[in-house]
Amino acid sequence: MIEVRELRKNYGETQALKGVSFSIRQGEVVGLLGPNGAGKTTAMKILVGYLLAASGSARVDGLEVAEHPLEVQARIGYLPENAPSYHDMLAQDYLGFMAQMRGLDASRARTRIGTVAEECAIVRVLTRPISQLSKGYRQRVGLAAALLHDPPILILDEPTTGLDPNQIVEVRDLIRRMGRTKTVILSTHILPEVEASCDRAVILIDGQKRADGALGDLTRSHVQVVTVQVDDSAAAGAALGNLPGVSRVEEEPDADGFTRFRLHLDGDAPIGEHAAELVRGHGWKLRELRRDDRSLEQVFHELTETTGARA
Amino acid sequence: MNRIRAVARRELNAYFDSPIAYVFLTVFFVAALFTFFNINAFFSRGVADLRGLFDSIPFLMVLLVPALTMRLWAEETRQGTFEMLVTLPARDRELVLGKFLASWGLLAIGLALTLILPFTVSFMGDLDWGPVIGGYVGALLLGAAYLAVGQFVSATTENQILAFILAMVVCFVLYGIGVDAFTNLLPDRTAALFRSLGTGSRFESIARGVIDLRDLAYYASISGFFLAASVATLKIRRWA
Repeated sequence: MIEVRELRKNYGETQALKGVSFSIRQGEVVGLLGPNGAGKTTAMKILVGYLLAASGSARVDGLEVAEHPLEVQARIGYLPENAPSYHDMLAQDYLGFMAQMRGLDASRARTRIGTVAEECAIVRVLTRPISQLSKGYRQRVGLAAALLHDPPILILDEPTTGLDPNQIVEVRDLIRRMGRTKTVILSTHILPEVEASCDRAVILIDGQKRADGALGDLTRSHVQVVTVQVDDSAAAGAALGNLPGVSRVEEEPDADGFTRFRLHLDGDAPIGEHAAELVRGHGWKLRELRRDDRSLEQVFHELTETTGARA
Repeated sequence: MNRIRAVARRELNAYFDSPIAYVFLTVFFVAALFTFFNINAFFSRGVADLRGLFDSIPFLMVLLVPALTMRLWAEETRQGTFEMLVTLPARDRELVLGKFLASWGLLAIGLALTLILPFTVSFMGDLDWGPVIGGYVGALLLGAAYLAVGQFVSATTENQILAFILAMVVCFVLYGIGVDAFTNLLPDRTAALFRSLGTGSRFESIARGVIDLRDLAYYASISGFFLAASVATLKIRRWA
């Protein structure tokens, strides 16, 4: 549905994108993740036909964005950062204007405005000037405007920045709901955002793609933790080390005579049941048996470190 | 077509939602009355025509028209709606044309308000309507040219004040190159050329009631050129 190949973009001397490729299937909710200045916004702006790439290709439904901007823009609902809108207009007039610009006829515009206002929970503020609305409402008015033509693709640039925690939850719920029927790309530098809303994360750092995968894959570590009470920790460590797929064992003492073993694995294969069997066979007392998942923060941090930490 | 109308309507509403429309209309009207009665001494000349008004309109518009165009794009840029607007499935020329028509509409309202002058004059004496109609048509076209200049300037900045001043400067240059005070300093052939390029000097013949296709084409090409330049500017801004 969305194909980005070797996208490059410079702002003067600065290379904002240094050959980024990714593809997104229909119905996916993908988070573009990265520190500020990583190229997330630039990539989105190229996808919606606002900026032209220096080289590379961006296709939506097989259409090259730079060559068929109008067709592509008709398929996309786009919410730029900070949800800009005409503050001197009433919310409903703004939606009416956007509906006309989207080519909706009067009766369809009326029904669609009703529907999106309902979806975005802005019915109450429709008759108020946008200048009087809180940031959260403005964001939702912007989102409503992006949904007017019922686009198959939604592109949201930092949809929750500047919102208070309640508003963040509301907007995330909304994105989740949209994600059931639409392809959604959202950018953020806030990790929980991706964990809350997305199926998949594409991590951009310094204009390059550093990771791309289902959240589970990105956060799954290759460490199995087993905490047991044993008399001979060396022998137990050796026994655990003989389990299939274990390359290395670390041990550290835990409280009450328990020992925590960290088994470093070669691959992703589950090992929990083998470890459990071993523990049961020896009659060890078990306190903890878990896969040591990394948080996205850790993943992110590691990736940033290896890029040569930029502020 | 619908999108041009949507943009034009939104812009017109924006004019009337802000003080701009009212201030412009009031100042334009008062200035028109003032030039008609005072500067050009309607009563002491004792001729039933609108020369006083039409003589001053080219310069009056240099001062006032930039007020209508300064916010057209500068405000979009400042509040970030520029990006939203140009990523709608609309052609740039539709956006430019919609904004142009809105500003032209407001200018037409301003001119319409001054129609009270010819009607008053026609009661007082024998008014020749030919030059009056010519004058109003000319004023609309002259205004269109200034509006196109103003929109182009506005597309290049996010600062409304700058857009206002720059538009005034460009319009003034277009006006000034044809003014006698300037052309008298030049050799005859060059003077004639500059007079033919000045917005005001072109206007004189129209205000005398002589509508020459070349004059209309002149205003139309200035408008066309700067509207096209506006469209090009919108595109160029996205390559940066």
